[in-house]
Amino acid sequence: MTTPLLSIHGLTRAYPGVIANDAVSFDIHEGEAHALLGENGAGKSTLVKMIYGLVKPDSGSMSLLGAPYAPANPSAARAAGVAMVFQHFSLFDALSVAENVALGMEAPPPMRQLAARIREVSQTYGLPLDPARLTGDLSAGERQRVEIIRCLLQDPRLLIMDEPTSVLTPQEVKILFSTLRKLTAEGVAILYISHKLDEIRTLCDAATILRHGRNVGTCVPQETSAREMAEAMVGASFNAPRRAGQAAGAVALEVRDLSLPAPSAFGTALRDVSLTLRQGEILGIGGVAGNGQDEVLAALSGERLTEPDTIRLDGAPIGRLDPNARRALGLLAAPEERLGHAAAPEMSLTENALLSAATRERLTRRGFIRWGAARAFANRVIAEFDVRTPGPETAARALSGGNLQKFVIGREVLQRPRVLVVNQPTWGVDAAAAAAIRQALIDLAAQGAAILCISQDLDELLEIADRFAALNEGRLSEARPTTSLSLDEIGLMMGGAHGMEVAHV
Amino acid sequence: MGTINPELLLAAVIVAATPILLAALGELVVERAGVLNLGVEGMMITGAICGFAVAVNSGSPALGFVAAAAGGAVLALLFALLTQVALANQVASGLALTLFGLGLSSLLGQGYQGIKPPPTPRLDLGPLSDIPFLGRVMFSHDLMVYLALGLVAAVWAMLKYTRAGLILRAVGENHDAAHALGYKVVRVRVLAILFGGACAGLGGAYISLVRVPQWTEGMTSGAGWIALALVVFASWKAGRVLLGAWLFGGVTVLQLNLQAAGFAIPVEFLSMSPYLITILVLVIMARDKSCAPASLGRIFHASQ
Repeated sequence: MTTPLLSIHGLTRAYPGVIANDAVSFDIHEGEAHALLGENGAGKSTLVKMIYGLVKPDSGSMSLLGAPYAPANPSAARAAGVAMVFQHFSLFDALSVAENVALGMEAPPPMRQLAARIREVSQTYGLPLDPARLTGDLSAGERQRVEIIRCLLQDPRLLIMDEPTSVLTPQEVKILFSTLRKLTAEGVAILYISHKLDEIRTLCDAATILRHGRNVGTCVPQETSAREMAEAMVGASFNAPRRAGQAAGAVALEVRDLSLPAPSAFGTALRDVSLTLRQGEILGIGGVAGNGQDEVLAALSGERLTEPDTIRLDGAPIGRLDPNARRALGLLAAPEERLGHAAAPEMSLTENALLSAATRERLTRRGFIRWGAARAFANRVIAEFDVRTPGPETAARALSGGNLQKFVIGREVLQRPRVLVVNQPTWGVDAAAAAAIRQALIDLAAQGAAILCISQDLDELLEIADRFAALNEGRLSEARPTTSLSLDEIGLMMGGAHGMEVAHV
Repeated sequence: MGTINPELLLAAVIVAATPILLAALGELVVERAGVLNLGVEGMMITGAICGFAVAVNSGSPALGFVAAAAGGAVLALLFALLTQVALANQVASGLALTLFGLGLSSLLGQGYQGIKPPPTPRLDLGPLSDIPFLGRVMFSHDLMVYLALGLVAAVWAMLKYTRAGLILRAVGENHDAAHALGYKVVRVRVLAILFGGACAGLGGAYISLVRVPQWTEGMTSGAGWIALALVVFASWKAGRVLLGAWLFGGVTVLQLNLQAAGFAIPVEFLSMSPYLITILVLVIMARDKSCAPASLGRIFHASQ
């Protein structure tokens, strides 16, 4: 056996109250695509932050090609040949592509030379990019190219990728994977973090599974089923959501020719969006982030008002009603951003429950809050949706992403909506919690509610939705039954590969 | 109207613009780093009295300006400690800084009222000063005027062309990303705040040592607030700050001349005109929607 490229031995890192990593060990070899699996909070990000020099381990050691490796900061890691593509938080919208790249390099060449090198490398790897463009104007796929090229310009030996495909169309994923395969063929090792087990099975040669900060096993993804991997991550078996096919009922929500200008400079305008949603049906809306998802939710929830006739609930025009009036009629919504949009971060779970459920659950009387009833409702959400929290008085901010998401969805589901609009219901949520949320949506539809599920996770939509439509630059495609759709067709509905081309070297 | 001499008027405009130009340039750098320091007025008046006192006691205006920069920077350091280390709210801290600076300066200034400071010499630019008209307008000032103009160019070039400028902008644009890439967000911001304080101090001292020149309580009379407004309406661009400062200085001087010439508009309207006109013009100029630094005023805490 050759010397591994990166060898991790007994890495431990504790935070007050939590052990994020407990004696984690594994090896990555040159040219290997190595997956890191685990639920939310299993310690994956702490581990890669230690490898990238952002966090120092309490104990344990790492070695790079046999030599001791202990990066004091990210520049030391970059100098040693370790590069990282972040899930988010690492691009500067108001700066140009070239400036963004320069910020991630140790000793960048003068801007003009750098621009030339960006063009050259981006052509080589089939990721075309204009160095002079403002990053804020780029699509999600292009933004990711900026990050990847920033890494490639430093000739990395190890490339860490944290959830790289969550914002890409299937075609873009294909192109990304061919780029990554080209890199592994050149001897670069890739440490790949993703919740999408099918992708890991396609791309990765080996996988390490973390649970509660411990290394609980390794597997060869090609020889392991996605279900086995998921169960190893959770440490228990769980039921994949199941749904019984059923006939759709009367039309519950109808949107006709809805057009709205973009809410801000970086927003998307809606163009002639039309859809029909029947009782007992789940309609899935896919599309790459930033193509109008937030705007559709805002128009349906009542955050933005429209012409009265463009939106009809049970035949009645509701376009000019505010969110509370729509809630009273049975149209509820759960937006994507958990902290700050779906929930007020500093307020307790009881208060957050009250904010959305006051009307339908009668939690106020003559302008006064019925605290007992509000607390009881919050407790009901916590119990029925298995939200792990010390109690209903905990601040929303203190919950982990998955638990808060369960609370946010549960809060709407338990108000017995006639129509429920959700955006990214399982974003950043681990497999078990995601399955629970999806099951809750399916059960709600089975009771006769109409559900509009906006998501960037195609597997999720194919799993729970009856019909599928795609958003592309503010336009909504015709909805088609999911049973007869292939991934390729979905990709085309989502607008293809946004000008990407396959690597051609 | 015949009493107004255009040569003297334009020369006076450049002098009148210098204090807010200095203060606004400093604040521009601070805000580009993502920090909103509303204490400009307080730092200016502190600089004004520190500079005045040291210049009077030492007899050297140059030493006075150095002391003014130091005084402004010390006050800014207090702001930096509050907002970058103790993570206090920037708006509240900035307002407190202004009130504190105003109080501190009247305390320090007791006994300095009615004194004349040593005169700040004009820079001898030789034949340049003899050019007709232009020589009187542009080349007959003291060193601080040219320092301020040089600073405009330096700040512009630093932000646009240097790596330090790029890092500063990156920190102001997205401090989480800058931190993730390994840049020292707090250090960059503290340095920017100190620079802003020093600039505001210089601006204040220019009022008490050159423009007026004497010490009276509250003599900056809102110049710090105009400097703050200037930065916003100049869309965080150094060149436009210069333009705005000249405009403000211009209207200030013009209205004083009009008052002296006995123009038939009530004095109160003339006195408010510089503020009104400057803000109006800058609002119109700022319509191209150049965005504020995205992390402006947000508290940075390196969690994990």
